[in-house]
Amino acid sequence: MSAVLPTPDLLLIPERGLWVAAARDVKLAMRSKGELAQALVFFVIVVSLFPLAIGPETALLKRIAPGVVWVCALLSVLLTLPRMFQQDYIDGTLEQLVLSRYPLPLLCAGKMAAHWLTTGLPLAAVAPILGLQFGLDSRELAVVVAGLLLGTPVLTMLGAVGAALTLGVRGGSILMALLVLPLYIPVLIFGAGAVESTMAGLDAAANLSLLAAMALSGVVGVPFAVAFAVKISLD
Amino acid sequence: MTASLLQARSLTLIRGERSLFQALSFVVQPGEAFILRGPNGVGKTSLLRVLAGLSRADAGGVFLNNVEVTLLSAAHRAATLYVGHANALKDEFSAEENLTDQLALDAIVSSRETRLDALRRVGLLTRRHVAARKLSQGQKRRIGIARLMLSDRPVWLLDEPTNALDQEGVALLLQTVDQHLAAGGGAVIATHLALPLQSPARELTMQEIVAEAAQVAMVAKQ
Repeated sequence: MSAVLPTPDLLLIPERGLWVAAARDVKLAMRSKGELAQALVFFVIVVSLFPLAIGPETALLKRIAPGVVWVCALLSVLLTLPRMFQQDYIDGTLEQLVLSRYPLPLLCAGKMAAHWLTTGLPLAAVAPILGLQFGLDSRELAVVVAGLLLGTPVLTMLGAVGAALTLGVRGGSILMALLVLPLYIPVLIFGAGAVESTMAGLDAAANLSLLAAMALSGVVGVPFAVAFAVKISLD
Repeated sequence: MTASLLQARSLTLIRGERSLFQALSFVVQPGEAFILRGPNGVGKTSLLRVLAGLSRADAGGVFLNNVEVTLLSAAHRAATLYVGHANALKDEFSAEENLTDQLALDAIVSSRETRLDALRRVGLLTRRHVAARKLSQGQKRRIGIARLMLSDRPVWLLDEPTNALDQEGVALLLQTVDQHLAAGGGAVIATHLALPLQSPARELTMQEIVAEAAQVAMVAKQ
């Protein structure tokens, strides 16, 4: 038999793939901080446009706040989706991901984790400051943040499927938006609904639980869907 | 049964109206290089991608150590290393970071010393902190050679590996491939250049399939 042998399977820790892919993408995002800041700045500016446009009508601002924050979060995430696979597709990294000894779904999960850490998490972090512009109180702000923390992973995961499916397609980013935005509707409804029910003096737990349920079922299923979509777009 | 490292059995690939190859079969023995030649667009890259598992053949199978592999199965991925036209380098990362990341993705455990030694051998030791975007095409290819040097995969699938390399770079590549073959590995290499390898090599000249009856000509050469 040949003397050149791959490292035995026993020495391969598949879970490491998650870490390898996530660490790489986070490091990469940190290298291009400008790009990283774009989505966040977009979020801050667009949300801030509403109080400026509507004027100091506290009741109205407060009424529209949940919807505005969530629609803007959705669009900000949408802006960052091409970043997830496009560059890897062009420079050949995606091929190497598919051919890596680590299971592709785990590598994709790592990439999604990195995307959320560099997109969803910062959005949730600045949301309270933006919420103040709309006169939200601390309880409502907490629900905004909790909703974003649970909902943005879902946005990342659904977006990853869309981004992977439209790789290499001409006009792919528009197509991706058309593909992904309808899928975002449930997240929008439950995310904004959580804040609205808090405003109405009700418990936000039901809406937040639904967001958490979506996030959890996504974690289980989406990596496989993304891996499959990536393989299709490379063939 | 003879020991065969990699075997293609009756591979057929159809792209659109055209079939790139039909019932193509060949064997790569341990210690042997298999050189793919032929004009541009004849299907060399497609064949390598099928062998790597990136594309699905319309018929036929790929065998590793006489066992048919499910494309992209764990065993398949553990046995093959595919280096395509794209370097899979990140412009933002330095030469050393790129090498480290590629090896991490290949699931190869390496110490920093071995990585630096590989970079030294490909002549990039002093430039290891330079971002890949500032390296020349040839230097980028050399990071790929460093990756090959540290690879543990028995089967190498190399697509135009000499691209952008200078004479010294080509010599380095040949030396790396020879070492791999001497250790019992195998390689399938698509190239336009003459590759004066020390190890035994066979060549396949692919030709465009014009009619149904036309077939891929096989030129055996030692």
